[in-house]
Amino acid sequence: MSDFRAMFASPDFNVSEGFFPNINLQEKLNWAEEFIQNVLIPRLPEAVAAHFPVELGTVLVMFACAGIFVGVVPLLPLFLVLAERKVAARFQNRTGPMRVGPWGTLQTLADGIKLIFKEDFIPPQGDKLLFLLAPYVIFACSFAVFAAIPFGDGIPIPGDFNIGIFYIMAISSVIVMGVIMAGWSSNSKWSLLGALRSAAQIVSYEIPLGLSILTVVMLVESLSMTQIVESQSNGVFSWLIFRTPFTFIAFFIFFISSIAEVNRTPFDLPEAESEIVAGFHTEYSGMRFALFFIAEYANMFAISAIAVTLFLGGWEGALPGYDILGGFPGFVIKTLTLVFLMMWLRWTLPRLRVDQLMNLCWKYFIPIAFFNILGTGIWGLIFPEDTLVSTIISCAIIYIGLIVAYTIAGRTLAQKPEPQPS
Amino acid sequence: MEFALKNFIFYGFALMTVASALLVVTVRNIVHAAFSLMVTLFGIAGLYVFLQADFLAATQVIVYVGGILVLILFGVMMTSGRLEMRIHIERGQLLLGGVVSLALLTLLLTVIANTPAWKNLTDDGTEFPPTTKRIGELILDGPFLLPFEVVSVLLLVALIGAALISRKEVRE
Repeated sequence: MSDFRAMFASPDFNVSEGFFPNINLQEKLNWAEEFIQNVLIPRLPEAVAAHFPVELGTVLVMFACAGIFVGVVPLLPLFLVLAERKVAARFQNRTGPMRVGPWGTLQTLADGIKLIFKEDFIPPQGDKLLFLLAPYVIFACSFAVFAAIPFGDGIPIPGDFNIGIFYIMAISSVIVMGVIMAGWSSNSKWSLLGALRSAAQIVSYEIPLGLSILTVVMLVESLSMTQIVESQSNGVFSWLIFRTPFTFIAFFIFFISSIAEVNRTPFDLPEAESEIVAGFHTEYSGMRFALFFIAEYANMFAISAIAVTLFLGGWEGALPGYDILGGFPGFVIKTLTLVFLMMWLRWTLPRLRVDQLMNLCWKYFIPIAFFNILGTGIWGLIFPEDTLVSTIISCAIIYIGLIVAYTIAGRTLAQKPEPQPS
Repeated sequence: MEFALKNFIFYGFALMTVASALLVVTVRNIVHAAFSLMVTLFGIAGLYVFLQADFLAATQVIVYVGGILVLILFGVMMTSGRLEMRIHIERGQLLLGGVVSLALLTLLLTVIANTPAWKNLTDDGTEFPPTTKRIGELILDGPFLLPFEVVSVLLLVALIGAALISRKEVRE
């Protein structure tokens, strides 16, 4: 035993020489370690500071921050659900919830408490283990996405990876697994149908989503979320949406595909109430249902935040040097605007049919997304730097394109009726 | 040797990978097997992160968990009904399987034994460059250009083939 310990203690021992890898995740000081070294340790009594376990402390600080996330992010759906109900009410000329609290502002809180106290029913014929696990898979994945979102200047990102946006894509693609798990383990035809629809939809729409992200990545030449934001620091015309005409198209493809990714109307076939009850979470009740609900609204916020980061400047302001629409408040305002847009679409548009859904993705979005990539590549060859000339040309093309598209769309929609399915 | 927390996490991932991989082959319920395969693939992605192959880790998750596993589960659900698998194994198959596994084990052990010790890229103190840059250079501007293009043509052929087979006119 003592030999064993001596071997580890000797300076000659190097794990990387051995069979197992020398584990060293990140040589750089991360923000948690910095906090401990520079803020915490100087304030401790000397005797404690000398023996302070920095690495364990780092992990504890990280856990604490993750706790803050898990604590704060569910508050977000609390407001978003209320906002959704109020928006829906206004669109339908109603007032929405008015009873609980002033103007019904405490309605979601009351609903949440009700859901916690409701019976947690588990279908006896289903697969119990997977049924219990599924909400956690979805919940964990939608929260892991928040780790890589840059909220503002100086706000540390827990996961500031080199591959930021790619990590987000990867983690959010796991949500499908949770959906399938929930749908299958419920042992109900509605659930299974919903899960299958959801899987088909998410897997399909991931392609245009990824391809439209690629146009941004091509321009920024980095996958890191921080670098994507930093490249948009010269005011509204340096935001990636206006940088080239192709990113302008890519933004709309990204936004529409992301609505499909989070299963919202007009793409809510997996949860279509009139056809399959509630889709994959039909059999869930009580707190487990609430977890699905929280995850859905957290997803909605996350995907809007990603759209803002990629295309609308992130936390960079609208004017260089001024803090208009910049910083953390600006980021939240922009994100909530996109969230409102999602709600607006939900209460305005009817649900798509399955064939329309797949046609839109495979016959329109994917070809357009490929065209975007080609176009962005050519644009990058013509204008290697983002200059005034390239911005003016880009904005002019966008302007003319919008007018042409508006005219053509108006004429064709006026003439051609929607083809019926054969 | 420094405080072993990182090692602790590493062995956690390793244990997760091996244990769930064992479950994949021993569990009778085929859906459970598929989901424990998900845990295995996640564990492998975690191990990639420890090797500082961040891009590879994310690719692992996006391709295997988000793509191939979903496909497997789709298949299982479409053919739902017989989930409890009772595989009847004949003696000849057992022998053949044993030989193949033994050969595979020998091969893997040889590879492990001949691989130089896992090196840490940040050991020399320089800033760790994004792996995407290196991968891009190797694939598009380096020795792997031709294999990369060949693979992409192969995938295109598979894609066209799949589209052709699923067309109604061809099936009838």
